[in-house]
Amino acid sequence: MKITHHPGLESLMSCSAGSMPEAFAAVMAAHIATCPQCQKDLAVMEDIGVALLDQLSPTALSEPAPVMAFRRLEAEAAGPDTHAGSTIGDVPEVLVPVVGSYLDDIKWKKLANGITHYQIPLSKTAQGDLRLIKIAPGTALPEHGHGGSELTLILRGAYSDKTGTYRTGDVADLTDNIEHQPVADAHDGCICLVATDSKLRFKTLMARMMQPLTGM
Amino acid sequence: MVQARAIAAYSSSGRQAPSAISMAEFLQRVAERGDIEAFRKLFQIYAPRVKSYMMRQGADANTAEELAQETLLTVWRKAGLYSGEKGSATTWIYTIARNLRIDRLRREMTWVQLPDGHNEEASTDQAPDEAVSEAERKVRVQSALAELPADQHEVVALSYIEGLSHSEIAGRLGLPLGTVKSRMRLAYLKIREAVEDLK
Repeated sequence: MKITHHPGLESLMSCSAGSMPEAFAAVMAAHIATCPQCQKDLAVMEDIGVALLDQLSPTALSEPAPVMAFRRLEAEAAGPDTHAGSTIGDVPEVLVPVVGSYLDDIKWKKLANGITHYQIPLSKTAQGDLRLIKIAPGTALPEHGHGGSELTLILRGAYSDKTGTYRTGDVADLTDNIEHQPVADAHDGCICLVATDSKLRFKTLMARMMQPLTGM
Repeated sequence: MVQARAIAAYSSSGRQAPSAISMAEFLQRVAERGDIEAFRKLFQIYAPRVKSYMMRQGADANTAEELAQETLLTVWRKAGLYSGEKGSATTWIYTIARNLRIDRLRREMTWVQLPDGHNEEASTDQAPDEAVSEAERKVRVQSALAELPADQHEVVALSYIEGLSHSEIAGRLGLPLGTVKSRMRLAYLKIREAVEDLK
């Protein structure tokens, strides 16, 4: 997988700081897992977190280290806690617990001709919106703009707009008022993971996109 | 011998800025032998800092203390996953604290993983002085941070220490979102430049 479009460095930074809104963090994590370049930057960014943590003046604890509890834990430990790390399907590992392993097994819901989606539940307090969108080969979305932030990771196939072609593993980090008209790859179509900063914004966006289609 | 000296250097209190070399040694000893004495040192140095971190992220003192205890408890329980070849000990502790904060203070899912699976390529050319370059990198990141223009340092600190998103920082400082993002980016580029030749 050759990745040509990466998230903005400031997005990556927010991730390493742990301050990125949840829906966006999910898209970032799925991209980072397959992108050596972003992993390298993330490592430097985590050093920033460490440096800032080291500079904080310590606050004394009221309880000492519970060493005896650790001894007990050690005795109870069934074995070393190791990372599974195996990918069997085509869904990014971080999403498997919420989506399952295979993109083809997802219960897609129809949005319009050639466009289906699957909403991924977030925690109660999260404000964003996270969903998978599947676009049939050759399908063009109506031209639309972006009022807020939107982060998209391509999981299968590709799409093109005036800013370029986004293939599997690429991220489109749209933060300004770019107007674009994505067209899904003619052979493979496109499945992507999309985060937006509010549910309402996604609905408005979809309504605007669907208008010309449903009005026909 | 080196380990004994490192332990002695921290025998009194957690006031000193932690040294990357000693931290790596302590964690290695915890990982390899379940060394409680080495763990106690890590705890003395990091638990009070993690407590401060949690308080800055909005936790009250009791919650912050609980989360600090839990961060270090996780360090103990997952020490087997830590490998000195794959990342620094302090990064390991930082990412555990960060993910715990997302999980407990924000009650959100922690998507970004601990760095256990990363840097596999980097480890092939690692030398015995890995810990030394680790320490060097840490010093350089700290001085690059200190040299940042105040407006860039401010957004970085708000992001990492106060846990604010870009739009929250923009709201707090009364700046356009684009300005916050470009300050973050500029700050990072300077820091990356400072450590580039070490990678």
